[in-house]
This record gives sequence, structure tokens and C-alpha cells, in this order.
Amino acid sequence: MHESSPQAKAVSATASGAAAAAQETRRQRVRLLIRAAGMLPVLLLLCVGFHFLSDGRFFTGQNLGIVLQQAAVNTVLAAGMTFVILTGGIDLSVGSILAASAMAGLTISKLPDLGALWLPVSVVTGLGFGVINGALIALLRLPPFIVTLGSLTAVRGLARLLGADTTVFNPTIPYAFIGNGSLTLIPGIVSIPWLSVIALLVILVSWLVLRRTVLGVHIYAVGGNESAARLAGIKVWAVLIFVYGVSGLMAGLGGAMQAARLYAANGLQLGQSYELDAITAVILGGTSFVGGIGSIWGTLVGALIIAVLSNGLILVGVSDIWQYVIKGLVIIGAVALDRYRLQGSART
Amino acid sequence: MNDPILEMRGVSKSFFGIKALRGVDLTVYAGEIHALMGENGAGKSTLMKILSGAYKPDPGGEIRIEGKPVRIDGPLGGRAAGISIIYQELSLAPNLSVAENIYLGREVSRSGLLARGSMREGVGPILERLGADFLPSTLVAHLSMGQRQLVEIARALHARSKILIMDEPTTALSAGESERLFALIRQLRAEGLAIIYISHRMDEVYALGDRVTVLRDGRLVGSLDKPEIRADTIVRMMVGRDVSSFYKKDHDPEAGRGHPVLSAVDMADGQRVKGCSVTVHAGEVVGLAGLIGAGRTEFAHLIIGASPKTSGHLEIESRPVDIRTPGEALDAGIAYLTEDRKALGLFLDMSCLDNINLAVLSRDAKLGYILDRDKARDRANKAFAALGIRAANVGVTAGGLSGGNQQKVLLSRLLAITPKVLILDEPTRGVDVGAKSEIYTIIDNLAKSGTAILVISSDLPEIIGICDRVIVMRAGHIAGEIERTATSPLNQEDIMALATGMEHLDA
Repeated sequence: MHESSPQAKAVSATASGAAAAAQETRRQRVRLLIRAAGMLPVLLLLCVGFHFLSDGRFFTGQNLGIVLQQAAVNTVLAAGMTFVILTGGIDLSVGSILAASAMAGLTISKLPDLGALWLPVSVVTGLGFGVINGALIALLRLPPFIVTLGSLTAVRGLARLLGADTTVFNPTIPYAFIGNGSLTLIPGIVSIPWLSVIALLVILVSWLVLRRTVLGVHIYAVGGNESAARLAGIKVWAVLIFVYGVSGLMAGLGGAMQAARLYAANGLQLGQSYELDAITAVILGGTSFVGGIGSIWGTLVGALIIAVLSNGLILVGVSDIWQYVIKGLVIIGAVALDRYRLQGSART
Repeated sequence: MNDPILEMRGVSKSFFGIKALRGVDLTVYAGEIHALMGENGAGKSTLMKILSGAYKPDPGGEIRIEGKPVRIDGPLGGRAAGISIIYQELSLAPNLSVAENIYLGREVSRSGLLARGSMREGVGPILERLGADFLPSTLVAHLSMGQRQLVEIARALHARSKILIMDEPTTALSAGESERLFALIRQLRAEGLAIIYISHRMDEVYALGDRVTVLRDGRLVGSLDKPEIRADTIVRMMVGRDVSSFYKKDHDPEAGRGHPVLSAVDMADGQRVKGCSVTVHAGEVVGLAGLIGAGRTEFAHLIIGASPKTSGHLEIESRPVDIRTPGEALDAGIAYLTEDRKALGLFLDMSCLDNINLAVLSRDAKLGYILDRDKARDRANKAFAALGIRAANVGVTAGGLSGGNQQKVLLSRLLAITPKVLILDEPTRGVDVGAKSEIYTIIDNLAKSGTAILVISSDLPEIIGICDRVIVMRAGHIAGEIERTATSPLNQEDIMALATGMEHLDA
């Protein structure tokens, strides 16, 4: 006789909950907006601020080109790092892998007939180191911090070995244009450095993978709840090898970009502490350090903030020493802001 | 009657304009067990958090303790006012000893050094009074859930609390542990403590409650005195309607049992499961009963390949299958609903849409990799309609839903693969009464459509209400099997006898 009561209840609950549900949707939307906008307002404020402080020298075509070029390699590294941090991991070895890849590439570029192969060699070297990192983490279940801390040191050593601990030069390296040339969009007016074009392409492809593929959802799932992912039938080990592989691949690409830009590489100096800038960009971009939350666009904004800070502080004439202090404080401030944002969105 | 120890008058609380509590009154006397009931989201935890000082009530209400108006500020405020809360998720530090946990935040030190010895002596009498079978120096990590609860109670007594609030204390306890806890709660009542007992389980409220207060949608529905406490009255107060057919079981395997779908033979993991077999037929709901720790969840984990087996084999529809990972189990058509949906099931930061589609993303994908977002949205919307999931839209994050809706989202993920075998581990744990009854209807409908269902549950009325056959586990073995027939319905006593091993004593 009460056969209809479950439905009746559902209806009444929907009716009484309609207002609350609408409000919830609105709140959710605001929350998403805040999260999506993230650090973008900070980036814009920094740009405008530096423009005025430097008497209008920031927003010039030439200077913006420099900023984009300076942001390029870090953007590429940070894109790879985003994949890793989304799974709740960390990759400390990207600076060393970048150096080793650049060294391998430059060495190949000097071979008489195989010189043109240097670019793929560089990239594949990075991929190889990344996959080794991933395999150690996924199959031996070692903590990512430890594994990549180890490879930070070991791969740095390999990078030095590759050039017999000297600087390798190649003034006639093929594809040098990607390091120093620009893609002309409107002749004489708008051109973008090839390095920045590559960086933007990397961001775009990363976005496609993260948001439009099955693998992307699996990456977020592993970062959000690894045990649940395993029970849901996701091959967690494959996801982990993939993300560390991507990070290595990006470090390899970054190495190639640096090699083409400098025509040279030094196994000891190249890429020192690049991992820190990459991690900073990801965190500034609002990606959660414990995994599962974040976006590649945030990472792009984060990388741009770092580049704008470096460039702007030089324009304003702040000494090298103070730049360190200021950048460090910005990182802490940004993460504090992120905490605050998260708290604001936390449900009660 | 004596004066009330706790009086709340017109207490309200709103979050960002949403009223979680609307002018609630609550009166509690010393020496009574006061049951607080209501569906999830009715405002029980908000009320509790106000008493503990975690939330500040809206201005206008009043809280009196022993007749004196009090303001409870901050997490220590509750304790200072003589109120202790034992949360569902116990708040003990497992890496510290019992004594250190009890003294946490109020450590005794002598000239700056921790006085471990006197702390241990300080808790000795309390542990003795509670009948604890462990030492003050034992690490909490080594204690069972029941023993940990004792430590929480000891902490409350040690702080000289007069009001003890317990939030679903038996969720993680075995039947024996629950019995001991009940005895202890009665002892504390006799010692003059006021106990506010929050529970979803009617039998506990019967057994313990001197008075029952029911909340619904943040409002006080009413209070019942002992003689008025009746299940149907309480349920009606909680859901605002009659629940005449709470357990739904229309499917009838006696009309002709289907073919065997799942046969697990002699499965063992070398630790908790010692050679267990089970067969589930198409359209049949089989219950897997037993005490906590009997190895039921571990058995399920063996079946789905979540943990490695040392012996045994599986057959699906009479064909042998080799399952080594949960992914292979899903491919074979075996879906498992975990008992711990937050830790092992849901992705709380991800949308309901993603949560529901997770297991079928690859199958639906275009070119094997590219997400088919229209199909996913369509599937999620259909699941919302079919299971009556109440959320603003399929895009909201799963973490924001109530327990019942979360469970339905997780169930939707499993149903998306149209499983042949569905293993449900505590399907209604932490789920409110209304959603419970809806989940029973879903199970019944699945059985009618021919799914083979294995239900693990510690809730015996639930097993009796929805199952055709019950398999009882004890200490890693199958202790016995009870079948429902037209002439002999299932009953709690037979199941408990098998679960505890009492049937040998009778013989």
C-alpha cells in the first residue's frame, strides 16, 4: 500500500532540496572559477606592476619575447612535472636528465653523418631515464622522492661522463633555429620564438591527454585515491611509468631546446636546480601536492609568473641576491594563498 | 525528576546561508542514555560539533550545563565544560601508548621532563574500572577497535567529563565487542554520566536508550520516553513517512534457481582465509555473515584478485577463470563494492560523472583512447535517474554527497559494466534509512534481472531481510550455510550460533 512512497519521498526531497541544490551549483561554479582563474590575477598584477616600476619597459614587443623565451624550457619541464605531481609523486631528477639529454644530443650532433639525429636522441634519452624512474617507483614500490633524488645525483654524474666533464660545443648544430629563431606570424610585427611555440604545443598536448583521454582520467584517479584506483581495475603501475616517462621525455625535450639555444652543453652546470623551478611552477599553478587536483593551464600560469618575476626584477634593477629572496617569498606566499583558497572551498 | 545536566534551547547553525540546524532543543539528564537519531544530514553531527566547540552556534540560542549558561569556545571548550565526544573515526594516535593518548594535551611533566611513570599510574585505576585487558604502556597500534574505544572512554573519564557523546560507536566493532561496550555504557550510566548515543541501528537504541530524540532536516521532530520507543514510530519520525516494506525482496529463487554463475572453490590466502568455497546462482542473493575479523572481506578480496591467493580456483558460469587483479575480475564480470567507500572506492575530488564512468572509460573510448564525453554524460545521467542519486548535477564532486548518494554513485560504477556477479561488502554502512531501503530495492531488482549477488553484512536484520541463503564464516572457515525456505525463514539466532561457534555447545 506504500508502494509509491520511495518515489514520493524522492520528489519531496528534490523539491525541498531544489533551492539548496541551485545554491550548491552556484557555489560549485564560483569555486571552479576561482580554481580555474587561480594565479592568473597574480600574473596580470605582476605584469602591470613591473610595467609601471620599470617606466614602461615591460610591455614592449621585444621584452615580452624575452619573457616567453625564458619561460619556455621551464614550462616544458613543469608540464611533465604536472603529470607526476597529479599522481601524488615528485620528480627531482628533471634538471639532471635535461643535462644528460643535452650532452647526449650534442655528442651525436658532432658525428659526421648522423648529426641530424641529435634531436630525437636527446628526447629519447630523457624518455629512457624517465621510464627507469617510473619502473623503480611502480614495480619496486619505492617512494618517488627517494628514487628521483637518487637519479638526480646519478644522472648528473652520467651527464658529466658523457662529455668527459667538459663543455661540448657545436656551432653548426642542425635545427639551431628552434633555439634562437622565431615563427613569424605577421611579417615585421608579430613573431613568436620557436622555443615558446614548442612550450605552448606541449601545454596543448598535455591538456588533451589529461582532459580528453582515458589515461588522463586514470592519472587523476591514481592521484586522488591509489587503492581505489587499483580496485577499480586501473593498472596503477602503467599509469606511474607513463607519468615519469612523460616527465623524462619533457626533460629530454628541454635539454634539446637548451642545446639548440646555446650550441653547447656542460654536464655539470646545465639544468642545475631546474627541478625546483618546475615544481614551483606546478604548485603556483594550484596543483595539489598530494595529487588528484590540478590543471595544466595553472602550470602555464605558474611558469609565466616565475619568468615574469625574473625578468621584471631585472628590469626594475633589483640585485641578483634579492631576486632569490623575493622569489622564495613569492613561492611561500602563493602556497599560503592556495591553502586559503582550499579552505574557502572546503565543505562544512 | 532531577534537574537536567544539559539544556540546549533554540540552537541554530547556518553555513553560508544554509540552515543546518533550526532552533533545536535538547534536554539531557545525568544518569540517562539519550539516543539521538536522524538520517544523514539531519543535523546530528552539527549539533555534536556545537557541543564540542568545533562550531560556533548562531546567536540567539542558549546552552546550559547544570543550569548555568555556558559558551563553548574552541575544541578545548567542550572538554572544559565537561563534554567529551567519541567520534566514529577514533581520534587516537596509534604510535603512542595508551597512557600517552589519555593524557594527550595534558601531559604531566616534572622539571620539563615527561613523567611517564606517574602518567601510567594515573590511568591505571580508570582502565581497571573499565575492565580493560591491556596495559597503560601498550601501543594503541596493537589494540583492536573495541579496545581503542575503551581508550577513548578512558580519556573522557580521565578528563572528568559529565556528558559523553558517542557517534555510532559500534560501526567497527564485532558483535561481542559491541555487547561489552553496551555493558560498559550501562555501567557509566549507573555511575551518573549522561550519555548521548548516536546510532542508525534500531536494535541498539532499543537495547540502550532511555530516551530518543529525533532530528530531521535540522529540526527537532520530537523526543520519546522509554515506553514509547518503537521502531516504526522512530522510522516515521526520521523519514517523515511510513516505511512499511523496509526490506524489499520480491525475487524468488525457489521458483527455480538459475544456473551457477560464480563458484569459488577452496580459496585461501595463507592468513585470514583458510579454504573457503561459495557458489552463487543467477538471480540469487547470498548473504555472507560472520563476526568482524572472520575473514569475509578478505575472502571477497581473494575472489576479485585484490590479494594473492595461495590455493583455490574460480569458475564463472562453469568455466574456469584465472583472476589475478581487480581489473581482470571486472573483465570477467565480477564487480565488488568495497566496505570502505572513502578509502577504497570513491575518488572524492572527482566528479560523479568520472566516478561512475571510471570502469568503462576504455570500453567507451573512441579509437581506444579518446574519451567519449557525450556517452559518459548520458550514462551518468541515466544512473542518477535509475538509482535516484540526489545531487545538483553529475558534475559535482563525489566528496560533497551524503553517504547514501556516495554509495549509489559507487554502485553505478559497478553496474556500468553490467556484472554477472555483484559482491556487495556492507552495502548500507553509513547510509541513512531512506537510502538504505532504496539500495535494497536496487539489489532486489538486480536479482530479478538474473545477477548473482553476494552480500557481506554485519547487519543481521539486513541479511535476513534480503537474502535467499546465508553462508556464515568463522575464523577463516565456512562455518555453515542456512537456506531460506517457505516453511523456515532465516533467523538471527541460527546465524549467530554459527558465527560464534555456539552450535557446538548446544550439541
